[in-house]
Amino acid sequence: MLQFDLWKRVLIWLICAVGIWLALPNAFYTRVEAHNDAVAAIDKGGATGELDRQVAAWPSWMPSSLVNLGLDLRGGAHLLAEVQVADVYESRMQAMWPEIRDALRPERDTVGTIRLQPSDPQEIRIRIGTPEGMPRALEVVRGLARPIQTLTGVGSTDIEVRGEDDVIVVTLSEAEKLATDDRTVRQSLEIIRRRIDEVGTREPTIQRQGEDRILIQVPGIGSASELKEIIGTTAQLTFHPVVGRGSDGDANPGVGNKIVPALDEQGVFYTLEAAPVVTGEELVDAQPAFDQNGRPAVNFRFNTSGARKFGDYTAENIGSPFAIVLDDEVISAPVIQSHIPGGSGIITGNFTVEESTNLAVLLRAGALPAGLEFLEERTIGPELGQDSIDAGKVATIVAFVAVLTFMALSYGLFGLFANIALILNIALIFGLLSLMGATLTLPGIAGIVLTVGMAVDANVLVFERIREELKTSRGPARAIELGYEKALSAILDANITTFITAVILFVMGSGPVRGFAITLGLGILTSVFTAIFVTRLMIVMWFERRRPKTIEV
Amino acid sequence: MRLKLVPQETSFDFFNRWKLWLGISAIMVVVAFTSFLVQGLNYGIDFRGGTTIRTESAQPVEVAEYRAVLAELGLGDVIISEVFDPSFDENQHVAMVRIQAQDGAEAVTPETIAEVEAALRIAAPDIRFVSVESVGPKVSGELITTAILAVSLAIGAVLIYIWLRFEWQFALGAVAALVHDVVLTIGIFSELQIKFDLAIIAALLTIVGYSLNDTVVVFDRVRENLRKYKQKSLKDVLNLSINETLSRTVMTSVTTLLALISLFILGGDVIRGFVFAMIWGVIVGTYSSIFVASTILVYLGVKRDWSKPSNTGGNQYANIDA
Repeated sequence: MLQFDLWKRVLIWLICAVGIWLALPNAFYTRVEAHNDAVAAIDKGGATGELDRQVAAWPSWMPSSLVNLGLDLRGGAHLLAEVQVADVYESRMQAMWPEIRDALRPERDTVGTIRLQPSDPQEIRIRIGTPEGMPRALEVVRGLARPIQTLTGVGSTDIEVRGEDDVIVVTLSEAEKLATDDRTVRQSLEIIRRRIDEVGTREPTIQRQGEDRILIQVPGIGSASELKEIIGTTAQLTFHPVVGRGSDGDANPGVGNKIVPALDEQGVFYTLEAAPVVTGEELVDAQPAFDQNGRPAVNFRFNTSGARKFGDYTAENIGSPFAIVLDDEVISAPVIQSHIPGGSGIITGNFTVEESTNLAVLLRAGALPAGLEFLEERTIGPELGQDSIDAGKVATIVAFVAVLTFMALSYGLFGLFANIALILNIALIFGLLSLMGATLTLPGIAGIVLTVGMAVDANVLVFERIREELKTSRGPARAIELGYEKALSAILDANITTFITAVILFVMGSGPVRGFAITLGLGILTSVFTAIFVTRLMIVMWFERRRPKTIEV
Repeated sequence: MRLKLVPQETSFDFFNRWKLWLGISAIMVVVAFTSFLVQGLNYGIDFRGGTTIRTESAQPVEVAEYRAVLAELGLGDVIISEVFDPSFDENQHVAMVRIQAQDGAEAVTPETIAEVEAALRIAAPDIRFVSVESVGPKVSGELITTAILAVSLAIGAVLIYIWLRFEWQFALGAVAALVHDVVLTIGIFSELQIKFDLAIIAALLTIVGYSLNDTVVVFDRVRENLRKYKQKSLKDVLNLSINETLSRTVMTSVTTLLALISLFILGGDVIRGFVFAMIWGVIVGTYSSIFVASTILVYLGVKRDWSKPSNTGGNQYANIDA
């Protein structure tokens, strides 16, 4: 048992060395962070003297991964948003109406007049003039349904059509709703990511949580409201046919129409068809520009399907006004002068240069497909985070010194071995945290301090056992051997049970709690490793050199 | 000369008054439970929704004044408390303002926060808002469910592990000790009305892990001694095992407590409640692994002959000598 193969010895010391090597950048946190930031900046925008100096401050052959600091340590904002997936059903249904109308028109002889009925926003109700034509009408409308491909919904279509007396009711099918929900959340995630990237902050976390939630964490941002402003600004751009113009905001717009105020003219309201011709979703590009009079404007370009719809509409409606609507306000309502093929155009209005730039950014980042409701928001000021780091540092050092002293006093030389193992243990934890790119939170620091206290447990178990065996066994070598052998099952049982709770914490917890689970779990792994390999190897090496006749533990 | 907290050889009789110890534990559990039912826990916003704002200013905190300016906003239940910590500077005065969840809104609206901040600026012009946290009722409800589920899962997983490695009597003893520790921890939080938030759940689970650690070490020795001393009564074997492991139990508790106490004093007020829960858990956990888990084992009795497989208890995993 006191024999250690050479390859094992090499492997154990190698693991320790790699651990220290990986942990090392954390000892020079600010310098390495500046180095990493500078490398990223050069990558993006080319080198400057200042950046080069920062890069040179940390040698490139050294590892440069750091432990991420959580929001509670660095300061920043945290938001948990729920995507209002049902919003999308409404716009989907609105978009169905022109399509249904066009499909039923050729069938006027059988179905009679077709009229849109007021209804719940999640469905569409159409009254036909001749109830006897219902079977034919249903057939036509069902013909518009598109098959959807999902794992479960084989053979299902996107809409459900049923007849109620002389009314056709169209709703989205369940399978389609599920597919739509998933798409909506993914789109929202992507758009939020792009908007936050446009602002350019460091290492934001943007994750989907569960079915319809998105977790957003941005370090270094001033407040959660600021973050909300960045992501919550819905630049919903749509183009609508204009029905009329007036000054009464409460007038009855008629079924299928809506009243929208003008952005820059007080008291002017437009009556528009509710279903847009084209929406901002089909935009591929938007750039700030100037119109022919030199006023700030925004140039935009549609994708192919958007371009086709836009082109067809302008070709058919030369001479009629046409509204550009941004977030439910009419920016402008120009009269279509000519057919606009190619799908590009310009939005003019009373913009300042800054406004046109912002608008272009918002349009480019795309509109959020649905509203967001914020379920949870936290802002942590940077100074509170710094206070926590400082306090955590001091507490960890004091805890460390106290435990080291206590171990040395209790077990003498063996205590020193355990202490070296404890120091290696902390280095290994930091090395692993850096390697995984894990996040250190305030409870995470508490987890490390707790590990400092508990990590010696495995060594204590062994040392106490060696003490016992010394009383009965023949000689120190046998006692050490038996001590390790017999303590092993207790060490493993005790640590596996604690590890189980750490895993449960990790799976069930979120944010800071998860950070605690990570350090606790890693601490268990490294402390078992250091106790049964590193300390033992040190004792064995010492024993080989000295060959003592008696030992005192 | 070595530092020895426990003499090399001890022969305390831990079961001499086992009825007394079990009685004390039972009474404490009942007291904790009653306190929980009568007073309830002082839930943080994680579990009941609402907003907390942490403020800092150079002038001393005038709680009454803060309350007066906030009362005008009509935000319902507002709790203001001053925070003290040895690490604060002389003119660093910190207060926590807690506002109940507002009707009809999930998280607090930016307008409400702006109003609150403006109002507090009247009371203390140089006030700064170092953190603002808001949790909506929807999430807080889910967090409670998850927390209860997590603690139950942890206890269940441990029950199964010990049952596989030992015997069902051991598992029952260990779990009784765990429940005892968790209930007493919740009890002291309710009795002292310390804020109970998500971090405390993490502490509870750590206590579960720690307490178990202790219990398992004792049980491991019991299993070994049961094979070694076939003639001794179960009570004697347990007593012997606890005495043999006593030195280790005390050592580990002391090193853990050393680390935790330094964190408690120096770690800042943000995690003080969390650390307090763990310190309490270490003390209660050490006590319970001796006086609850082992006592229950004496009461239940165990199969003595570990050399033969049995149909009634134990199984193939029990004899894996890791």
